[in-house]
Amino acid sequence: MSQLTLDPLLLAIVTPLALALLIALGLPKRWSVRLAYVAFAVPLLMALHTWWYFAAAPPVDGYVFLTRYSTGLDGVGIGLKLGLNGLSMPLFVLAGIVGFAAGLFAIQSQAERLKIYLMLLLIMQGGLMGVFASVDVFFLYFFHELALIPTFIMVGVWGGRDRSYAAMKMTIYLTAGAMISLVGLIALYVKSGANSFDLIALRSHLAAHPLGATVQNNIFGLLTFGFGILVSLWPLHTWAPLGYGAAPSSAAMLHAGVLKKFGLYGLIQVALPLLPAGLAHWAHPLAWLAVIGNILVVGFITIAQRDLKQMIGYSSVMHMGYGFLGLAAGSVLGVGGVVLFLVAHGLSVALLFLLATSVHHRTHTFALDEMGGLAVKAPVLAAFFVTATFASIGLPGFANFWGELTIFVALWSFSPLITALAVGGVILSAIYGLRSAARVFFGPATERFAEIAGKHAIVDLRWGEKIPALVLLAALLLVGFWPKSLTESINAALTPAAQTVAKQQTAGNANPR
Amino acid sequence: MTLEAVKLAAADNLWSAILPELILGCLALFLLVLELLLPKKHHGVIPDVASAGVLGTLVWVLANFSPAVLGSTTFSGLLHHSVAGQVMRVFFLLCALLVFLLARVSLAKQAMPRIEFYHILLVVTAAAMLLAQSHHFVMLFVALETLTIGLYILVSYYRTSSASLEAGLKYLVMGALSSGFLLFGIVMLYGVAGNPALMAHTAAAMNYGELARFLAANPHNFIASLGIVFVLAGVAFKIGAFPFQIWIPDVYQGAPTPVTAFLGVASKAAGFAVLLGLCGANGAFVAYNWLVTPVLTAMAAATIIFGNIAALTQHNVKRLIGLSGVSHAGFLLLGVVATAAAPMATGAVYFYLFAYLLASFAVFGVMAHVAGADDADQELDHYAGLAKENPFLAAVLAVGLGSLAGIPPLAGFMGKLFVFIAAFQAGARWLLVIAAAGVVVSIYYYFGWIKTAFFETWVPSADAAPARPARTPVGVVAGVALGALALASIALGFYPGPLGQWLTMR
Repeated sequence: MSQLTLDPLLLAIVTPLALALLIALGLPKRWSVRLAYVAFAVPLLMALHTWWYFAAAPPVDGYVFLTRYSTGLDGVGIGLKLGLNGLSMPLFVLAGIVGFAAGLFAIQSQAERLKIYLMLLLIMQGGLMGVFASVDVFFLYFFHELALIPTFIMVGVWGGRDRSYAAMKMTIYLTAGAMISLVGLIALYVKSGANSFDLIALRSHLAAHPLGATVQNNIFGLLTFGFGILVSLWPLHTWAPLGYGAAPSSAAMLHAGVLKKFGLYGLIQVALPLLPAGLAHWAHPLAWLAVIGNILVVGFITIAQRDLKQMIGYSSVMHMGYGFLGLAAGSVLGVGGVVLFLVAHGLSVALLFLLATSVHHRTHTFALDEMGGLAVKAPVLAAFFVTATFASIGLPGFANFWGELTIFVALWSFSPLITALAVGGVILSAIYGLRSAARVFFGPATERFAEIAGKHAIVDLRWGEKIPALVLLAALLLVGFWPKSLTESINAALTPAAQTVAKQQTAGNANPR
Repeated sequence: MTLEAVKLAAADNLWSAILPELILGCLALFLLVLELLLPKKHHGVIPDVASAGVLGTLVWVLANFSPAVLGSTTFSGLLHHSVAGQVMRVFFLLCALLVFLLARVSLAKQAMPRIEFYHILLVVTAAAMLLAQSHHFVMLFVALETLTIGLYILVSYYRTSSASLEAGLKYLVMGALSSGFLLFGIVMLYGVAGNPALMAHTAAAMNYGELARFLAANPHNFIASLGIVFVLAGVAFKIGAFPFQIWIPDVYQGAPTPVTAFLGVASKAAGFAVLLGLCGANGAFVAYNWLVTPVLTAMAAATIIFGNIAALTQHNVKRLIGLSGVSHAGFLLLGVVATAAAPMATGAVYFYLFAYLLASFAVFGVMAHVAGADDADQELDHYAGLAKENPFLAAVLAVGLGSLAGIPPLAGFMGKLFVFIAAFQAGARWLLVIAAAGVVVSIYYYFGWIKTAFFETWVPSADAAPARPARTPVGVVAGVALGALALASIALGFYPGPLGQWLTMR
C-alpha cells in the first residue's frame, strides 16, 4: 500500500478553491469548464483514497491523516488542523461524492454565466471538504460559513420562484443559527480553559477538568439550537423548503445533501464528547421536538405539498428529525446510526434534487398536479426516480435502511413511545414519496402536460444527467449492501464518547432532577 | 517661570519624535505654496504630491516602527509614544491615503476648488495622529479641536449643496456641544484633583499619569465620577455612540463621500484611541472601572440596538452606512468594556479597527463611483443591476459589505470573533448576546444592499422619477486600490497571521 506524499485532505480543500480563485482572476470560459472537471474530481478521488486507506492508516489521537498548518493565530489556539476520524470520514466521502455529482451536473447544465456559477460551486465544494476535514472547531465553523455564502448568491441569482425572498430568508435564518452556535463555541472555548479550539486538545483537557453540569447544559443548549437551525430543527425549519424550492439544482444538491449535515455533525463531533452531561439534560426535549415537530408535523405538511421541489425540501426537513432522535438516544448504536443515516440521506436527497430538475427540464413545471405519465416518454428517468424514492423511504438494500434501522433500535431503549411515533413517520414518507412518483410518472397525462409534450420533444435522461445520478446511486447501493465499510470506523470513534453519555444518563435516571 | 525652567522643559521637546506629524503639516503648507506658484493647468499634480507625501510618511513610519522614544513620554508629558500610537499612526495615514483616492473620484464631479481639501485633510490627519498619542488633557483637547474644526469645514465643503451646508451646521452645533461636555469633564477632574484636602492631590492633573495616581487614591470621589462621565460623553460623540449618535445620519448624508469615509473610519478610530487611552488596560480611569464599565456596557448595548434597528429602514446608502457604523461603534465598545478583564481585548479592538477600515473603504470606494453629481442623493435603488453592468465594483461591494456584516472568511469576522471572545472572557455575557443578535439584524440591511446590486435589475421609469446617476468608470489607480482592499479583507480572513498575532497577543 502506498500513501500519498501530499496531504490528501489539504489537496481536496485547496484544489476547488484554487480554481475558484483562478476563475475570479479571469480564466477564460473554455478552460474554466475543463479544469472544473478536474477540480470536482480531485476531492472525490481524495475522499475515496482516504476511505480506502482509513482502516490501515495508524491513528494519532484517534485521527488519521493528521496535519497542522499555522495561520498565525497559535497564541489564541487557532490553527488549521486537518484529520479524519471515524465520524468525519464517512461525511468527507459523502462530500466528495455529492460534490462530484453536483459539479458534473452543473457543468452540463447550460446555466447562465456558467463561469461564475461554477466558481461559486467550487467555493462551496472547497468549504465542504474543509468542514469535515477540520479538527479545529474554529475552522469547522469557518469552512461551514465559507460554503454557505455561495448558496445565498446562487439562490438569489440563479434561483427559481421567489428567489430574492428565499435568499434573504435563508441568509437571516442561517446567520442566526451560526451566531448562536458561535456564541456556544466561544463559551466552550473560554469555559474549558484549554485556550485552544483544537478538538483533540479540548477533549483531553476536558477529560481531566470536566465542566460543571449547569455550564454543560447551557453550552449544549446554545449549540443544539444554533446548529439546530442549520439542520432545520422544527419550528426553525421554514427556510429550508423555501430555499431548496428556489435554489438551482446543484446548490440544492450540495446544501441539502452535505452542508445541512454540518449541524448534526457538529453536535456529534463537538458537543457529544465534550458535553456529555448537556446531552443527558437536553435529550428528552430534543427527542420530542424532533418526533412531533420534524417527523409528524412536517411529515403531514410534506404530504400536502403540490410542488415537487418543495416537497423534497420538506421531506429533507422531516428526515433530519431521525438524526436528532438518534443523537438523543446517545448510545453508540444511535449516534453511529445518525452518521450512517446522514451519509445515506445526503446521497438520496441529492439524487432526488437532481432528478427533480431533470423532470423540470422535460415538463417545464414543478407542480405535481400538472404532470403525469412521464414514464412513457422517459422510462430511464422514471426508473431512477422511483429507485431514489425507495432509497429515501428507507427500503432494504439502500444505505438509508441501515441508518433508520439502527436509529430505531437504539431509540427503543431510550423511549418506546417515541420509537413508535418515529416509525409511524416512515409511513408518512412512504405516502408522499410514492404518491409524488406516481403523480409524475404514471397514470394518464394531464391536459397541461399533453400540451407541453406536444410542443417540445421529450427525450429521456441524457448522459450528462445519467452519470452524476449513477454515481450517487452506486454509492447508495454500495453502503446499502456493505455498511460495514463505514460502521466499523464509526463504532471505533464513538465508543469512548458514548460510554460517558451512558454513564451520565444512568446517573441522571438514578437521581431524578 | 524662569528661563532655566523653560529651557528644562524645552529639553524634553523631542521634535524628531513627531516627525510624521511635522511632515504632514509642512506638506499641507507646501500644497498651498504650490497652488500659488504653479500655473493653473498644472494644478492637477497637487493631489499627486499630497498622496505621494502621505505614502512616503507611511513608509517612513513603518520602516521606523520602533523608534528609540517608544515607551517614553516627550514634550513634558504631553505625548506618550507607544506601540498602540504607532499602530494608530499607520491607521490614520492609510485613511488619509484612501480618502485622497476617493476624493479624486468624488471631487471630479463637482465644480469646487480642490487644493484646500487636501490641505485640510492633511492637517486633520496629523491632528488625529497626535490625538492617538496624547497623554495629557491639554494635548487631547487641542488635537481633538484641530481634528473637529477641520472636519467642520470638510463636511460643508460642497458649499453649493444645501445638504452639505446643513450637515456642516449640524456637525458644528453638535460638535461644539460635545466639546463643551468634554471640557466640563476635564475641568471637574482638574479641579477635584487639585483640591489640597484630598489624598495624592496634584497640580498637574491634566497629565494622565498624575490623574491616574490621584484617582487610584480617591476611588469613589463624586466630582471625579461626574467628570469621568462628562469626558466619556464627549468621546461618545466622536465615536457616534448612543445617546450621542443622533447627528450621524444627516451629517453622513450631507458630507462629501470622501469626508463621510473619513468621519466614519478615521474620526471613529480616533475616538476609540482616546477611549483606550482613558479606559483601556493602563488608562487614566482604570481606578474607576466600577463606574466606567457599567457606563460603557450600557452605552454599547444601546448603541448596537439603536444602530442596527435604525439602519433597517434606510434607503439612502450614506445614511445606511452611517447607522451601520453606529452599530460597529457598539461592537468596538464591547471590546473596550472587555479590556478591564481580558488581556486580548485591546488587540482585538485594534484588529477590528483595521478590518473595519479595509471593509469600509471598499464600500465607500464603490459609493464614490456609483454616486452622481448630487452627492447627497445616493439611493439604494441606484445599485440595482450593478453586478451586470460592472461586476468588479459589485464584487468589491460584496466583499466590503460581507466583511462589515462579519461573514467568514472575511477580515470583519475575525475582528468580531476576537472581540466576542474577549467579551466572553470578561464575563460580558448579556452584552455578547445583544451583539450576536445585532449581527443577525445587520444581515438584513447588508444583504439587502447586496441583493439590490446582484439580484435586481434597474427599471428606468418613464414618469417623474429622476434618472439614476451615471456611474463613473473605474480608473486604474482606483481599480487597483479597490481590488487590493477587497483582497486584503479576504486574505486577512484566511490568514490573520502576523497582524492578528501581533495585535491580539500583546
